[in-house]
Amino acid sequence: MDGIYEGITTALTTYNILMVSIGCFAGTFIGMLPGLGPISAIALMIPITYGMEPSSGLILIAGVYYGAIFGGSTSSILINAPGVAGTVATSFDGYPLAKKGYAGKALAIAAYSSFTGGTIAAVFLLFAAPALAKVSLSFQSSDYFALMVLGLTAVAAFAGKGKFLKAAIMTILGLMLATVGTDADSGVSRYTFGNLDLIDGISFLLLAMAAFALSEALMNVIENKKMSKEEKEALNKDIGNLTVTKEEFKEMAPVVGRSSVLGFFVGVLPGAGATIASFLAYGMERSLSSVKDKLMFGKGSIKGLAAPESANNAACSGSFVPLLTLGIPGSGTTAVILGALISYGIQPGPTMYTEQPALFWSVIVSMYIGNIVLLVLNLPLIPYIAKLLAMPKQLLTPLVIFFSLIGVYLVTFNTFDIYMMVIFSVIAVGLRLIDFPMAPMILGFILGGMMENNLRRALTISDGSLNFLWERPITATILVITILMLISPLISQFFSAKIKEEDR
Amino acid sequence: MKISKVCKNVALASCLVAGLVTSSVASKVESIHFLIPGGAGGGWDGTARGVGEALKKSGLVKKTSFENMSGGGSGKAIAYIIETASKSKNTILVNSTPIVIRSLQGVFPQSFRDLSLVASVIADYQVLVVRPDSKYKNWNDILKAFKKDPRSVKIAGGSSRGSMDHLVAAQIFQAAGGDPKTVRYVPYDAGGKALAGMLTGEVDVLSTGFGEVLDKHKKGQVRIIGVTSKKSIEGIPSFKSMGTDVFFANWRGFFGTPNLSKKRIAALNVVLKKMYDTPEWEVVRARNGWTNLYQSSSEFKTFLEDQEKTIGGLMKDLGFL
Repeated sequence: MDGIYEGITTALTTYNILMVSIGCFAGTFIGMLPGLGPISAIALMIPITYGMEPSSGLILIAGVYYGAIFGGSTSSILINAPGVAGTVATSFDGYPLAKKGYAGKALAIAAYSSFTGGTIAAVFLLFAAPALAKVSLSFQSSDYFALMVLGLTAVAAFAGKGKFLKAAIMTILGLMLATVGTDADSGVSRYTFGNLDLIDGISFLLLAMAAFALSEALMNVIENKKMSKEEKEALNKDIGNLTVTKEEFKEMAPVVGRSSVLGFFVGVLPGAGATIASFLAYGMERSLSSVKDKLMFGKGSIKGLAAPESANNAACSGSFVPLLTLGIPGSGTTAVILGALISYGIQPGPTMYTEQPALFWSVIVSMYIGNIVLLVLNLPLIPYIAKLLAMPKQLLTPLVIFFSLIGVYLVTFNTFDIYMMVIFSVIAVGLRLIDFPMAPMILGFILGGMMENNLRRALTISDGSLNFLWERPITATILVITILMLISPLISQFFSAKIKEEDR
Repeated sequence: MKISKVCKNVALASCLVAGLVTSSVASKVESIHFLIPGGAGGGWDGTARGVGEALKKSGLVKKTSFENMSGGGSGKAIAYIIETASKSKNTILVNSTPIVIRSLQGVFPQSFRDLSLVASVIADYQVLVVRPDSKYKNWNDILKAFKKDPRSVKIAGGSSRGSMDHLVAAQIFQAAGGDPKTVRYVPYDAGGKALAGMLTGEVDVLSTGFGEVLDKHKKGQVRIIGVTSKKSIEGIPSFKSMGTDVFFANWRGFFGTPNLSKKRIAALNVVLKKMYDTPEWEVVRARNGWTNLYQSSSEFKTFLEDQEKTIGGLMKDLGFL
């Protein structure tokens, strides 16, 4: 308790509040640029923190981290450019909402959900961080494999109205694209056609930008709908309006609560993280909704936006559990944070919260402050940011194309990536014209690599036996949930058919 | 403030004196452009930027610049420095053991021989690690279990099969008289995840870098079984001291354009060697927990040839070549 008290006093110094505000502010802006995610944002900030106290440095970095995640959802919602894998699910419903003219509302929902997700996760951290270290180490490769399979069921959201086959084909395409590159299990390169640039596989960012942002911009050019003045005015009337009605809040509340808890626990697992958390929350909420609400998913559902947004923020805070209590980074971002910590001369581990209580707890306490700062900072800005969409298409479209291309190039400085991106976006436009959905492809791509690696690792460990599928309780439980989620629509259909028959 | 200024002046003065003394041997290094074959935040990036920071802050080099060029596991950057050799005299490429491994694997057609060797700067040894409560108490226990049934000893690592974590583990077991082919290697996506995997209990042994786990060993979170250095360090026995004659150092070093003038190489060597005595380098080194391993151009060459021979032989035995 003394430690927590010490942490609160450290976090509440004017200097540290200033740091968390600067961090959130810088993170939000860097994160908004497609291509610059939390990793680049933090890498940019680390040199600045060298002269600071470790706690202030870490507080600043943590602020940048959730600021960047939050900023990433802004570009997902406004221009369908998810620069970070954790915000892909946000674009599923956030972008359709914005397209309908509710950009302000969508951003506001994202802000409220992120705030709640982050705050709930910080409460968990405060009361249970040391105890949760055990949870971090409870999942083995076979369990992660099952978790990825469960994540894939979120595809169902895009399979509505006779599109099932198309969604399935796109998922498989995504899984196939994930196999490009060096195979970890044998060290052999697959589908690289001897091309050096493909040895590390296709980058997520490149594929997401090509399939989402670039192809969307190109579709805008092709469709080039001429709107009458009245239509335009009607569309732009609500764009900056961020009022969320009482009914909508009521609809959101349970979704945000459930997704935050789920997101936090998935974030605690070093092999999962924010992306998986957001997909699982999205899939879960869809399964739990009524038949009528289900149809809205993927077309601008408020629940479909709130769920991944609360989950990914909660997961980000959750990922601090293995980082601080075990010294294990679960993602590229937390690996960079670990590097920063080591350069301050701090080795996180099981003894950190007893040896460095002020540092440990002040970071967690600063997360509350950070979340409040994010909300206060962003709500007044939303109307202005949302107005971006009111820009004439002739201006907006080239800007989107410019920023997506530059964003991808800035990460690798490799011109091959730009060619590949252009080719992918042209293919994506072709596929969209014949009504194939892009989201299942990106879902398959993100989950595919992790699914394969975990399955093959589990197989190596079990000497090739598949027994772990039913012998490990966690694996078996998750797989049972997966099967239930897949057949539940059939069961409910069966029952509703029966009821109808009886009615006759 | 005052002290650091004095330090700077002293450093500058010593630099000037050294410059005067050595100017007859080598020309001064005005600027260095670091070419980093990986993205920001990685090991190569840290090495290049750390060395650059120390050189610039200590005044040994006036101007430093950095360029990240990932792709093809260094292949892209190597091809680039060779292609643009005539205008890249100031450029040096950072790399490490993977340049040897990947060139043997044929990931890229070039090898270290196609570049000028400048020097190696730091090194990390490789270790085998277990859980503190592991059934394996020491190297002998692991070896006994391996000799009884090689399949029973599973070794985690943070990179794919055929890469460093795997090769070094295989090298250790081979040196102990085992068949490297029977080593059961379980690849993870990253070092941190491999460590987590070992701690969950799904794998018993972890092959990783010494620097990654030293602190965790000291705090009792993991136990290091042995290290691939020649002598035991920090109370941790080397494999050699336990009767398994193996040595491996994952170096990080610098390469120049092909046919870089001897004068320039010598000048770079002088500057790098001087860097070790500066307080600025000590700050960078301590911050990252690196071990110094300076090898001049000619020593570096012998070292790389040896490493290529060892690793190449091992890869043949494992069926990768």
